[in-house]
Amino acid sequence: MNACLTKQILRTEPPAPRVTATNTTATPAPAEAVPHASPDASLETEIRAPHLIEISNLDFYYGEKKALDCVNLTIDANRVTAFIGPSGCGKSTLLRCLNRMNDLIDGAAVRGGTIKIGDADINAPGIDAIELRKCVGMVFQKSNPFPKSIHENVAYGLRIQGIRDRAEIARRVELSLRGAALWDEVKDRLNDNALGLSGGQQQRLCIARALAVEPQVLLMDEPCSALDPVATGKIEDLIHELKTRYTIIIVTHSMQQAARVSDKTAFFYLGRLVEYDDTRTIFMNPANPQTEAYVSGRFG
Amino acid sequence: MNFHQQNNTRRRREAAVFGLLRASTYLVLLCGALVVGTIVFKGAPVLFKAEFPFINIAFFTEAPETLHVFEHDGKKLELGDRDYRAFMENLAAPSASQPAVAPRSEHAYVYSVGGIFPCIVGTLLLVAGSMTLALFLGVCSAIYLNEYARQNTVTRLIRLAVLNLAGVPSIVFGLFGFGLFVIFLGWNVSLMAGWFTLAFMVLPVVITASEEALKSVPRGYREASLALGATRWQTIRKSVLPYALPGILTSSILGIARVAGETAPIMFTAAYVVRDQLPWQVAKLTDFFFQGVMALPYHIYVVSSKIPQNEYTERVQYGSTLVFLLLVALIAAASILLRNRLRKKHSW
Repeated sequence: MNACLTKQILRTEPPAPRVTATNTTATPAPAEAVPHASPDASLETEIRAPHLIEISNLDFYYGEKKALDCVNLTIDANRVTAFIGPSGCGKSTLLRCLNRMNDLIDGAAVRGGTIKIGDADINAPGIDAIELRKCVGMVFQKSNPFPKSIHENVAYGLRIQGIRDRAEIARRVELSLRGAALWDEVKDRLNDNALGLSGGQQQRLCIARALAVEPQVLLMDEPCSALDPVATGKIEDLIHELKTRYTIIIVTHSMQQAARVSDKTAFFYLGRLVEYDDTRTIFMNPANPQTEAYVSGRFG
Repeated sequence: MNFHQQNNTRRRREAAVFGLLRASTYLVLLCGALVVGTIVFKGAPVLFKAEFPFINIAFFTEAPETLHVFEHDGKKLELGDRDYRAFMENLAAPSASQPAVAPRSEHAYVYSVGGIFPCIVGTLLLVAGSMTLALFLGVCSAIYLNEYARQNTVTRLIRLAVLNLAGVPSIVFGLFGFGLFVIFLGWNVSLMAGWFTLAFMVLPVVITASEEALKSVPRGYREASLALGATRWQTIRKSVLPYALPGILTSSILGIARVAGETAPIMFTAAYVVRDQLPWQVAKLTDFFFQGVMALPYHIYVVSSKIPQNEYTERVQYGSTLVFLLLVALIAAASILLRNRLRKKHSW
């Protein structure tokens, strides 16, 4: 019941565009830590991008340790949003809040604020995390294909949803592998073990596996940190293609990567959102001196 | 510079310690070789023979019988119980010309001829049933402790209790099983009582090992599965258990040897000294579970400590022991093969 409800909510048309698209000042935030710059130049392009995800006043704890402190963020549909910041700044934690993967960690909990995807508050009591995760797919830092065949890896998500029709599974496996730009490389060896693929191929297989369940949002947690520049380039090209159909949020340690792939960038430091703006603005003309120091490589 | 070997104290101590370590290792090896060697040397003639079919089939397929040794017509005869009865019947119905002559200086030695088939069957049944129970209960508890339960004081206490259980002597398990299953639950001396008692005895090993095996499955598999919208149970069934199974089986192999070998837990709960019917000769199905069986370790205990020792009983003692060793080795080998196949199928 709830599950269907969530899905329906998430699938409904995004809310009407707002003029104050880049500005999150509507929600109270510590003024000294969250300065918001919305230059007029970017405003026009942003008007058309509707918010899909709305994070407001989010406080997150691991036990007694505060990992996220009053984060306010709106993420646009069909855009790539990058989270950057030094290790331990909370960017991965925030990412894992979006599909409630933090539920699995003992003592980890949202203690304040809300996350809305579409119209649904994903931490509300009636929301089923399992249904949520079907809509919000995830790709992990370390590529983690199952030690099964390539075909079975992609079919995994379909099978757990109870799809038995082999033709249907084969069709969607091909579609997903094509979507992840892997089909041509593996179409002749779909029954080979996925662990025989190269690192970059394995990561694209993980993307294909996530795409197979037809999510709306794709979370990527440092997807290229273990890959060489060529494989990284392929994944980045793929991200460009995917953003026409999916809303992508990527956590990365590589500022060049954030600059290359993302439309908007959020800079986190010590659990706080320091600055969130168009990627161009963050890298060329950041409003906060901390951001500038970080993106220019002077700390972090 | 003098790099030549100096015969100082340091070097001598090194040599002494090295020698001691080596000697201890060899001593252990020697003891093991002596035990196994004696059993093989004395047991092999019982199990194997020089002419076709080279194996003493009767020893594997027949029930134990009493040996009757007596003199008749000036000859010394050694007959098993059935042959002896037939022989005596012939004597009891003598022909008119020949009067009956009773055998003289008769001696009977129990269990000294025939075979140990019921014991082999009983041991196999006990091992199969108790390992099934132990694996089921153990894997379930390990999954609960490792995958579902929150890690807090309660789970720590449970783990401590499980570890303590591993240190309880087997005779205590035997008495526990006798008290709970045989008397309180009224199962009498039966397969069921034996299965549960043995299962409880190896449960700590199975739980601890299963937990280790589950922990060794990479977190990434769980996360990937959950992130695709799988429930926890789907994740465990499809992405955790298959990869943990080889590890679980590895430790269960140790459990099998222990279940097959322990005498104390079954002597009060499942083992009969002697039983004429085989386990499948029951009137109805439920009787199968509530019957006592003969078992190899208990049989060895009986023939080596409960009957007078002489040249006639040695045969069955060493024969049974060798069969027992071979049986345990065989079960362990089968489990290792199964584990290796699973490992190949689900390697990561």
